[in-house]
Amino acid sequence: MPRFLSAQPDARLITLPWDTPLADWPAEMLVALPRGISRHVVRFVRVGSEVYALKEVLEHLALHEYRLLRDLVRIDIPSVEANGVVLSRFDPDGEPLDPVLITKHLQFSLPYRSLFSRGVRQDTVNRLVDAMVVLLARLHLSGFLWGDVSLSNTLFRRDAGSFAAYLVDAETGELHESLSDGQREHDLSIARTNLFGEFCDLEAGGLLDQSLEPLILVETIENRYRELWGELTGVEEFDGSEMHRIESRVRRLNALGFDVAELDITTDFAGSTIRIQPKVVDAGHHSRRLLRLTGLDTEENQARRLLNDLDYYRARTDQQNADEAVVAHQWLTQLFEPVVSSVPPGMRAKLEPAEFYHEVLEHRWYSSERAGREIDVHDAAQSYISTVLHQLPDEALAVSTEDTLAGLANPFDPSMGFADADDGQPYDPWEDGDEAPAAGAEPAEDFLDIAALRARTDKPTLRS
Amino acid sequence: MATVNFKDATRVYPGADHPSVDKLNLDIGDGEFMVLVGPSGCGKSTSLRMLAGLEEVNAGSIHIGDRDVTDLPPKDRDIAMVFQNYALYPHMTVGDNMGFALKMAGVPKTERQQRVQDAAKLLGLEDFLNRKPKALSGGQRQRVAMGRAIVRSPQVFLMDEPLSNLDAKLRVSTRTQIAALQTRLGVTTVYVTHDQIEAMTMGDRVAVLKDGLLQQVDTPLNLYDNPRNLFVAGFIGSPAMNLIEGEVSEDGIHIGDYVVPVPRETLGKASEEKRLMLGIRPETFELGEGTDGIGIDVGVVEELGADAFLYGTVTGLSDEEKLTAQQITARISSRTPPRRGATVRLKIDPEQVHVFSQADGRRLTETTGR
Ligand SMILES: Nc1ncnc2c1ncn2[C@@H]1O[C@H](COP(=O)(O)OP(=O)(O)OP(=O)(O)O)[C@@H](O)[C@H]1O
Ligand SMILES: Nc1ncnc2c1ncn2[C@@H]1O[C@H](COP(=O)(O)OP(=O)(O)OP(=O)(O)O)[C@@H](O)[C@H]1O
Ligand SMILES: [Mg+2]
Ligand SMILES: [Mg+2]
Repeated sequence: MPRFLSAQPDARLITLPWDTPLADWPAEMLVALPRGISRHVVRFVRVGSEVYALKEVLEHLALHEYRLLRDLVRIDIPSVEANGVVLSRFDPDGEPLDPVLITKHLQFSLPYRSLFSRGVRQDTVNRLVDAMVVLLARLHLSGFLWGDVSLSNTLFRRDAGSFAAYLVDAETGELHESLSDGQREHDLSIARTNLFGEFCDLEAGGLLDQSLEPLILVETIENRYRELWGELTGVEEFDGSEMHRIESRVRRLNALGFDVAELDITTDFAGSTIRIQPKVVDAGHHSRRLLRLTGLDTEENQARRLLNDLDYYRARTDQQNADEAVVAHQWLTQLFEPVVSSVPPGMRAKLEPAEFYHEVLEHRWYSSERAGREIDVHDAAQSYISTVLHQLPDEALAVSTEDTLAGLANPFDPSMGFADADDGQPYDPWEDGDEAPAAGAEPAEDFLDIAALRARTDKPTLRS
Repeated sequence: MATVNFKDATRVYPGADHPSVDKLNLDIGDGEFMVLVGPSGCGKSTSLRMLAGLEEVNAGSIHIGDRDVTDLPPKDRDIAMVFQNYALYPHMTVGDNMGFALKMAGVPKTERQQRVQDAAKLLGLEDFLNRKPKALSGGQRQRVAMGRAIVRSPQVFLMDEPLSNLDAKLRVSTRTQIAALQTRLGVTTVYVTHDQIEAMTMGDRVAVLKDGLLQQVDTPLNLYDNPRNLFVAGFIGSPAMNLIEGEVSEDGIHIGDYVVPVPRETLGKASEEKRLMLGIRPETFELGEGTDGIGIDVGVVEELGADAFLYGTVTGLSDEEKLTAQQITARISSRTPPRRGATVRLKIDPEQVHVFSQADGRRLTETTGR
């Protein structure tokens, strides 16, 4: 019997066919969702209303990733949520199978392979790049060395016209108190190689818009990362007469979505030169505030948008002096909740609630412009639903039958590429012939064959 | 082609109270395959990143060839770092999968093609160059990954646990292939692993690290036959060396009712210590007669071809004591190995017994010829 390691076990998972290699699971259990390429076998399964991602992987890596993903959630890093690890798997002949790491499918996530394709706007590309850069900087601020920065290991969610990036693959990660510059450089050099390779791959598959150039994309990502890191952690020196620069720095960081928990301020003896450096910055400036006021858990830009609407509501209802929490509660019950619940049940998988509200605000703004008067938000919601929402695709699961899966050799695994004809196996002298340098008896795995080592060393060799 | 020298190279992470790599001195020969091995956290990756130019060197220096590279940025060091991850891109040909990093580095197309062609020839992948990678076997994928490093033709290869996510079978075959290729290419290589078997089977020499300190650097056989201290003795070898503590007497060390003979001059080196540690490799035991050898109650017997592994405890313990007592492992070549529950004598060749100080772990016995 397999063994389950889990903090919140889902009983419906126990009956899945764990004695079968994941690659051979019956198609009717699986959901074909677009996803990134992977070295391991990865499949999505549906149990009841929940979709899980399963990854077959060596035991020490499965446990390492499970623990790290849980640590990441604990320190508030956007990442997929680990549900458990299935250990001690055996097939019906008693042969051991690798463990499976179970994560919850991240709802409304958009894997990169569909995002940079034909017709994508430069603006969208910039926002995707920014989301990726913010994720990397947040990880590094938290002392997380990723070790495998790549697009495949990143998921994107819509965030009020922007994107928010999530980490999916923590297999190679290490969590420290803080990272050295060398460790960050290490991640960046991995990022450069992986991102370049992935963009070239999209290009080769005709999945990259023609206006986009892999090398430029990679350089943009690196430059933006360095800019952001400089803003988040850099030292700024100025004259004592420019004290306002302290506040500007804090405001700039807030605008980027970060709170400053500790700012180091030093002056020289005369007090004429001021030196400031943020020591502790936390992401989620707006989303934390919104959560505190309303209990809504949203992405950063969505929060910014909803907070603006809240401010507007407060001004319009003339409650500037009322308690903020009380006004927030009114806004929630009179505006946000009714608007969001006006979406017909059949359309709820199209957009997340906060994203829907953001779209309604956009829609209202344009409609009001056109009408030359202020349109009520409830009317705007109705109009948005009937003119726009109904024709949007479902994105909760992004079950896509179009572009992203079309032509794939295996709809469950984009790593296999397109189903183009490559007939016959070419000649491989190492596998078909006996030219392989490794020819000969292969040593056992967990036993040090010292006799073989002595025999090898006693013989004169090329080495030494 | 280049030598690599770490001279008192030290790295202290900001906020850490002790160095993660402490005065590392390591001279790596031109074309040598040097493996850094040690338990998690011993400083392997940090050492490698220091050599790559990614991690700041707080004290000491690093040289590649006759250049002091301590303050040189990574791109000026002519090294290639091979990472764990080796995603193969499905829409690109095998050739492009091998050569794309050269493209990023701005290497002209014809040269790129030539280097990819050469690497493919070396790797037996010539007929695959224009294929997509989807139909490749696990072994072929590994070779494409190696090709990716080879085409960069650097002065030094750095590899950090490149096999850690492979299954057992592929790991074993790939490690042989990497070692063979490295010999053929003759490029100086620094290879990091936590797996001592991998280290011993791949390295020309192996550097054993613990807590940021170099314990010993030697050929695999010398590490095995002449470990400098208790840590190396216990870390290298599988099954591991038996490390058994015993009371010192005039002519040897008491283990149960037997006195393992140890030369006086060896015992003399441990001036004050009343108890010393004996190190005996499992395969150096033989079955003894009468009272000749350490008495052992055999717990488990595992037959392995012509040999058998015995696992037991020193005789004279109660059943309860046996549960927590130290296990002794012996590899015996005998057609009729003893049964479980039997009591046997394990004879030792005094030449093959190591004696270690308990105080500082150093080996007291002379270096053996083997
Ligand atoms: N919980 C999840 N929610 C949504 N998508 C997921 C989830 N887990 C995995 N995926 C998708 O599956 C893909 C492969 O998963 P993952 O990166 O963990 O596999 P891998 O074999 O470890 O990859 P790599 O080759 O990078 O090591 C990801 O790129 C992602 O698109
Ligand atoms: N950013 C950091 N801040 C403080 N200490 C660190 C940092 N990074 C690594 N260390 C510590 O330095 C030591 C050496 O780490 P290193 O990663 O080099 O070890 P390793 O031998 O490669 O281990 P592993 O086998 O786990 O990869 C460890 O004790 C580790 O905890
Ligand atoms: Mg991945
Ligand atoms: Mg390491």
